Amino acid sequence: MSIDFTMVDRTLLVTLEGEIDHHTCVEIRQTVDREYQKRRAKNLLFDFANINFMDSSGIGMLMGRYRSVAICGGEIGLYNVSPEAWRILSLSGIHKLMKTYSSKQEAIEALA
Amino acid sequence: MPKKNSMQIQFSSNSLNESFARVAVAAFISQLDPTVEELYDIKMAVSEAVTNSIIHGYENEETGEICINCAYEDEVVNIEIIDHGKGIPNIEEAMTALYTTSGDEERAGLGFTVMQSMMDEVEVFSEVGHGTTIRMKKSLGV
Repeated sequence: MSIDFTMVDRTLLVTLEGEIDHHTCVEIRQTVDREYQKRRAKNLLFDFANINFMDSSGIGMLMGRYRSVAICGGEIGLYNVSPEAWRILSLSGIHKLMKTYSSKQEAIEALA
Repeated sequence: MPKKNSMQIQFSSNSLNESFARVAVAAFISQLDPTVEELYDIKMAVSEAVTNSIIHGYENEETGEICINCAYEDEVVNIEIIDHGKGIPNIEEAMTALYTTSGDEERAGLGFTVMQSMMDEVEVFSEVGHGTTIRMKKSLGV
């Protein structure tokens, strides 16, 4: 799992590469929370372009981030979501809590 | 000639093996030339079952053993995930969507819901103190 961060205004962009499961969620959770606090970000955006697998552990991880971002008055979103990842997002109902955008540009503009 | 094959793997209840388990099963099922979607479904179901064994069966202790029996006959795939962990006291409750006993961890409580959505049949056998067996079935090409 590789995790990269970019800051655009008060939105933290998280680019994930690899597979999201119970094992990798530990690292994602810790790293994202640390960067989110350190950079005093408000919104959180996940780039899913290079996620080639996600199970329900990823849903738990996203729900947890949703809570902490909501407390800070921010919004959370996803972009470049594959049809496979979309299936578990819609199955869990979490897609009603966070928007999915078709591109990075669209996501950034929506949260600006 | 009917296509028929089987395999068994056994591994430690280390969370690193969640990825190993789903990839190993997917590699075996690939012999049937499944669609990308079918393969993804099976990987998800295996991942959920193995994760349950690690988190709940063995409570994140890495010393447990998990066994997977996988077999197919023609286009019907049967997968068993067996642990010798602490077992499930109330299976019906455990299979309820959004139900989870993990307090500190961020768990969605969707493991069984995902397994049931991805596979045609999911059966759970469990005995407290002895372990849990999850038996799943999926017909390919339907």
